[in-house]
Amino acid sequence: MTDVILGIETSCDETAAAVVERAQLVRSSVVSSQVERHAPFGGVVPEIAGRAHVEDLVPVVAEALVSAGADGADLDAVAATTGPGLAGSLLIGVSAAKALSLVWGVPFVSVNHLEAHLYASFVEEPDLELPLVVLLVSGGHTMLVLMEDHCRYRLLGSTLDDAAGEAFDKVARYLGLGYPGGPVIDRLAGDGDPTAFAYPRSLVQENPDTLPDDRRFAFSFSGLKTAVVNHVRNEPDVPTADVAASFQEAVVDALVTKARWAVEATGARGACLGGGVAANSRLREAFLDECESLGVRAFLPSRSMCTDNAAMVAAAGWWRLSMFGPSPLDTGADPNQGLPLIS
Amino acid sequence: MSAAVRTDSAAATQVVAARLATLVRSGDLIVLCGDLGAGKTTFTQGLGEALGVTTPVTSPTFTIANRYEGSLVVNHLDVYRLGHIDEVADLGLPELVDDRAVTLVEWGDAIAGALPGGYLEVRLQLGDGPDDRTIEFRTVGPEWQARAVSLEALASAGGDGEEPGC
Repeated sequence: MTDVILGIETSCDETAAAVVERAQLVRSSVVSSQVERHAPFGGVVPEIAGRAHVEDLVPVVAEALVSAGADGADLDAVAATTGPGLAGSLLIGVSAAKALSLVWGVPFVSVNHLEAHLYASFVEEPDLELPLVVLLVSGGHTMLVLMEDHCRYRLLGSTLDDAAGEAFDKVARYLGLGYPGGPVIDRLAGDGDPTAFAYPRSLVQENPDTLPDDRRFAFSFSGLKTAVVNHVRNEPDVPTADVAASFQEAVVDALVTKARWAVEATGARGACLGGGVAANSRLREAFLDECESLGVRAFLPSRSMCTDNAAMVAAAGWWRLSMFGPSPLDTGADPNQGLPLIS
Repeated sequence: MSAAVRTDSAAATQVVAARLATLVRSGDLIVLCGDLGAGKTTFTQGLGEALGVTTPVTSPTFTIANRYEGSLVVNHLDVYRLGHIDEVADLGLPELVDDRAVTLVEWGDAIAGALPGGYLEVRLQLGDGPDDRTIEFRTVGPEWQARAVSLEALASAGGDGEEPGC
């Protein structure tokens, strides 16, 4: 029986490894963040990310094994994120995972990073009912996915321009608040008035049916980013906390409105959040309220499960292995890999 | 040469980009400059659509490089997050600017010294109104200088939002 999986995650700026049993019992989860190394540059620098993964991966994997009280002989498979992400970063985790699978003589499983985020909720709440609407929001992605069954996904909509987390990072950088933008805007917004400025909510209307099919569940944050830049450029003395709060409210409003439409349109039994932006406190609050008013069960993964980690990779790897078997060892890293969808 | 055109909406900026698409050839390099929110991705969307790209053209900030298939391959790069000019070498620009593709680089002015060969600089600047933009074209090298007359005609056609003629 294939039960104990080592997961490895190196798609962006976190080096992570975890040992998870049957996609739900987390025996260890180690995350080494590079945030401090990237902060001076206002974003992830690929070359720094690649070098840091090389330095950190072996100690991170070793720590995950020691904390789990496991060694190679106890493992049933090694799973790694093969994409999407930064090419140089992905390669390091994928190569290490394949090497370990060869050395230990256990299967290698290729995991899609977005699929791993979908499984983050299941690690903490294995009994979530399907079908499930997942709002996946991160620095690189913003999408609504209908999870019809395990490993069966339908993409309802995604961003047409900037990801929500990217808008947070870029607005924070413009306001001189530093990197990463999400936590700092979240904190600052607490001191500001979210109704101070009516920033635009793109592709949001009273009635979802007045939007074309391919836009109904789509997002757009580029116009919002530009509106904030224009506003602050014209009124440099405007209180930054009010700008942060009003900007955050506009993002959350668009995200939660579309999530509500998705639940209504699909008849899903529940809804959950995934991705780094799911750690935003205003989004969590508004998402819970919306699901409560709809009468569906909402699940919010813990903040450490929202951001990149390897426990979710091991969990997604367990499901993938159970349903589709091992991945070939010539599976490469694919920076633009899409979520595997049902047609 | 350099020539400028004003637009008053994102749609008008995309129309100007679509007009530019009629001048674009495989192997071209276009450098997009301008502040946050100036419309670099918006411009690329207009150009990509005019070149027959049907998938959504989204911000390349996270992935650094996106690739789209149209009548030409459209490479869309973003060097916003690159910390040092040495990292430009990792992008493999000379390989991307191959004979089947047009390559657009956002924030490319920061790496102008590391670009292979000539290019067209497209500078987007915020205007007085929230949707006003000035789009300035500047040719660098013979590849684009040969198309200077067409570029000037494009700019003098203005950004009135009408569809480009066939």
